[in-house]
Amino acid sequence: MADKLHFSLVSPAKELFSGEVDHVIAPGSDGEFGVLVNHAPFMTTLRNGVVRVLEGDTVKMRIFVRGGFADITSAGLTILAEEARMLDDVKTEDVQAEMEATLLKIQSLDKDDSNRAILQEHYDYLESLKAALVH
Amino acid sequence: MPSLKDLKNRISSVKSTQKITKAMQMVAAAKLKRAQDAATAARPYAERMAAVLANLSASAGAGGPKLLAGTGSDQTHLVVVMTAERGLAGGFNTYTAKLARQTIIALQGEGKTVKVLTVGKKGREQLKRDFADLFIGHVDLSSVKGDDFSEPAIALGKNLTTRFEDGEFDVATLIYSQFKNVLSQVPTAQQLIPAAAPADAETIDLGGAIYRYEPSEDAILEALLPRYINTQILSALLEGSAGFFASQMTAMDNATRNAGEMIDSLELQYNRARQAQITKELIEIISGAEAL
Repeated sequence: MADKLHFSLVSPAKELFSGEVDHVIAPGSDGEFGVLVNHAPFMTTLRNGVVRVLEGDTVKMRIFVRGGFADITSAGLTILAEEARMLDDVKTEDVQAEMEATLLKIQSLDKDDSNRAILQEHYDYLESLKAALVH
Repeated sequence: MPSLKDLKNRISSVKSTQKITKAMQMVAAAKLKRAQDAATAARPYAERMAAVLANLSASAGAGGPKLLAGTGSDQTHLVVVMTAERGLAGGFNTYTAKLARQTIIALQGEGKTVKVLTVGKKGREQLKRDFADLFIGHVDLSSVKGDDFSEPAIALGKNLTTRFEDGEFDVATLIYSQFKNVLSQVPTAQQLIPAAAPADAETIDLGGAIYRYEPSEDAILEALLPRYINTQILSALLEGSAGFFASQMTAMDNATRNAGEMIDSLELQYNRARQAQITKELIEIISGAEAL
């Protein structure tokens, strides 16, 4: 335990990952940051982006998160994401299809419908997800 | 004394009722499995969120944002009552509505102003008679497919925070049915706004180290609190839905068993009536023969 970081990533739908890792790089709202074991207590908000989990020097896992928080304590790193997907399980075509469906939904709504803002946010999220896939 | 034909009709009618309740029980059991999985899957997030909030509010003290510190008054209460869209689930909706009624009456007894927001049709129907003039809104869940409550939870959370910021209420209490297990769903009242971290949330001892916040503590709290409220609403909705199906399953299981008992006793009655008729006919024949 002493030389490993306890990392867990949860979204409202489920716990995506929980376990011991070497190194995590996360997209903080003020810039990307890396977390190793015994990091000082730190809390930040996240922007849409990719969380990378490193084992040694190799990237073991890439998870795309939408918004949320990272909480680092002596017990480890916890990321609370609004929405999270394993990047390797995501297909570009699916994202494209979902983007188009969302766009259609947005267009079918009235200008001042409160759902519109939610959908727009979802669309932005999909767009950044697509961008992350390209890299 | 009902005739043989009447009894036969009743038996077949009870049998078809039994078929329906049996089918409903099986459907509820299948849906319960999914709802329960969804509720369990949502738990880690809610727990972590509570732990983070507990950490933050411990260090934020009294000067935090309004959603955490409250308006400084507790004159106007909003009671959010969460029930199901449908009935036929034993006492599920009734118990929740009963707790809501008690809470409202207790608050009114203390001289508070009470407003009610209902989620789910059944609770609204039950509270309408006594408290219709307190209703300020209703959320319809009938369009929700499966267990995807995240959209209504976010919408309701936004609705509540907006009303709170407009000063429509000082304290919001959520009344929902907590899913303990398949046999027991406990109606629970929980304070939603001002947000309070549950007393049993684990706080991590930092050993004197100082938390660093990015961008700032206030900014994080401001982003966290609405989400915390949404999460609480979501988990209440998920627990409610799991509880509803569990309750429906139990109710339908009982109904199926009762129908079975009813069929048994009706069949006994039918057989007795049939035998009585045969005996009567025999007596008629024999006494006719003797008379000759």
